[in-house]
Amino acid sequence: MTTSAVHPPEQRLEPARPSWPDETGHFGVFGGRFVPEALVAALDELTEAYRAMRADPAFQEEFARLQRDYTGRPSPITEVARFAEHCGGARVLLKREDLNHTGSHKINNVLGQALLTKRIGKSRVIAETGAGQHGVATATAAALMGLSCTVYMGEEDTRRQALNVARMRLLGAEVIPVTTGSRTLKDAINEAFRDWVTNVETTNYVFGTVAGPHPFPEMVRDFQRVIGDEARAQLLEREGRLPDAVLACVGGGSNAIGVFTAFVPDDGVRLVGLEAGGDGVDTGRHAATITGGSPGVLHGARSYLLQDDNGQTIESHSISAGLDYPGVGPEHSHLHDIGRAEYRAVTDAEAMEAFALLCRTEGIIPAIESAHALAGAMRLGQELGPDTLLLVNLSGRGDKDVETASRWFGLGDREEVDPGPGLDTDQQPTEGAVTQGDAVAGQDAGETA
Amino acid sequence: MSALGTRIGAATAEGRSALIAYLPVGYPDVDASIAAMVAAVEGGADVVEIGVPYSDPGMDGPVIQQAVDVAVRAGVGMRDVLRAVEAVAAAGAVPVVMSYWNPIERYGVDRFADDLAAAGGAGAITPDLIPDEAGPWLAATERLGLDRVFLVAPSSTDARLTSTTAACRGFVYAASTMGVTGTRSTVSDAAEKLVARTRAVAPDLAVCVGLGVSDADQAAEVAGFADGVIVGSAYVRAMLDGRGADGVRALSGELAEGVRRQAGA
Repeated sequence: MTTSAVHPPEQRLEPARPSWPDETGHFGVFGGRFVPEALVAALDELTEAYRAMRADPAFQEEFARLQRDYTGRPSPITEVARFAEHCGGARVLLKREDLNHTGSHKINNVLGQALLTKRIGKSRVIAETGAGQHGVATATAAALMGLSCTVYMGEEDTRRQALNVARMRLLGAEVIPVTTGSRTLKDAINEAFRDWVTNVETTNYVFGTVAGPHPFPEMVRDFQRVIGDEARAQLLEREGRLPDAVLACVGGGSNAIGVFTAFVPDDGVRLVGLEAGGDGVDTGRHAATITGGSPGVLHGARSYLLQDDNGQTIESHSISAGLDYPGVGPEHSHLHDIGRAEYRAVTDAEAMEAFALLCRTEGIIPAIESAHALAGAMRLGQELGPDTLLLVNLSGRGDKDVETASRWFGLGDREEVDPGPGLDTDQQPTEGAVTQGDAVAGQDAGETA
Repeated sequence: MSALGTRIGAATAEGRSALIAYLPVGYPDVDASIAAMVAAVEGGADVVEIGVPYSDPGMDGPVIQQAVDVAVRAGVGMRDVLRAVEAVAAAGAVPVVMSYWNPIERYGVDRFADDLAAAGGAGAITPDLIPDEAGPWLAATERLGLDRVFLVAPSSTDARLTSTTAACRGFVYAASTMGVTGTRSTVSDAAEKLVARTRAVAPDLAVCVGLGVSDADQAAEVAGFADGVIVGSAYVRAMLDGRGADGVRALSGELAEGVRRQAGA
């Protein structure tokens, strides 16, 4: 792919589409549809309606208008020089998805899917959410477009994220705590699918990430690729060159696919996904699906997942609720297997160190999800050395994570906070802080549903 | 020669529908679940659907979820399932495994097919595997002459009814309603329409109806238009309520009377 664009392109879905998936949603050996037959008709309807909508100039115009006037696109690029002092001399540029309305990249996808819902004549949307960001984004789009909205959320998460439950309810959504299985995001997804199969005549499922059965991985990618399309043009305009590497956190993988897609044809650009390493991949308490998992079928698609010898899904662990998911989108599995993207694990402790560093050096509080990508940049910068250019997708803001961070750093009861620029490379939770695995944490500003 | 087709055909020849009982392996434990399956056969079930526990049973309602959750936590696996297959075959019914796809894929598709055939299993019902994605499974079942049962639903188009039934052997599972497993007070009208549409495209394939059938009267109603009546949650309910093998045997007796009522009436 070549481009002479010197301005951020308007939101377009057609140009420079990757050669995958195939007609039936396969990314190499991954993806596809592993669903009850009862859902096939709805998925076919969605696929056809989406393809028609994608080719419709009126939709493109409406979508572009919403992106601009409602979300606030294009999101800016910010160079973070003081933060970059800790990145081996590399230059670090952030793509500021944290500045979007609702505080993360999730809004990009839900606006597209809400428009699609109206186009196919359905009046109700359902969504899953890990701890809130996709749920809040869906409730927002539903309010904007006059749709009724039900959000499924693991009971554990509704307790830990009571504020987000209130946010969704303020926006008019019904929030249903899920009490089955492990009572987390993966069970919320199961419950949303059960609702969908029962109410499919009136209801559209607004899926939050690039996982699930075809067409969700393709459709969500297309709605999120605006991140990379803009960033690529912005970099060419301001730097006259492409970055050496693009980094993003990966739970289900929508913000990463969003920023990667435009760069996939650029062979010289390394694509690096940072998975949630929790307490460490070797401890078994993590959510690093590609790093520590194996191929299988979960939630309607073949992809990497965390599973035991019987094929049962293993519960994931991360301080970041938005990355705390035992699956990953099939396109990431494909990019991994063909060697186009690399996936690394970042522990809770490494992510929180990067979190603190960005706060103190740049005055930007990142989502804990996005802090995994920042930690990846600190390490990759050391490896690549001075004068390399790293693009980091700052997928969400961290206002939602303040309580978690306060506990982690033991800030709550202190008069003064150490004003140093987070130089402590081995930062550990102080006494009285929650343990690393006790993810009171953030919403899914980063990734999954 | 399809083991399921033969057994269901024999029931048809008697002027009745076949009774197909679902129970998951491992609730409340492996031995007790196998004893319950044998009791279901003693009470009159022609076929036992042997459920493989799975952590994410997206097509199941709360009753079955509750039971399989216990089995998953206990680490029940394919070896236990194969033991249940042998026991059901020894009891004189046709064993068919009911499994979400990932446990089979993880065990190995060919290995599963080989071991299932060796244990005397007829084949498998795969609720989240559509024929479009079933290449290796179609090949393995073809090689071993195993039955493979896919689902059709009220939302299936005629084109999909045609392609799905063409891929089935043994019978086709007609999901009576849009929704998940669980007992319902009435059998949906959609079931009879779906069976008629399915028969129109696949006149030689047995059509069995599941989702929502829980008592003898419903069984009799469904037996009026289907070749087989599939009952799941009502059996699992009996186990959850602690009625054990005796309760399962009694339920089978009532349902077996139901699927014959049509013939006597």
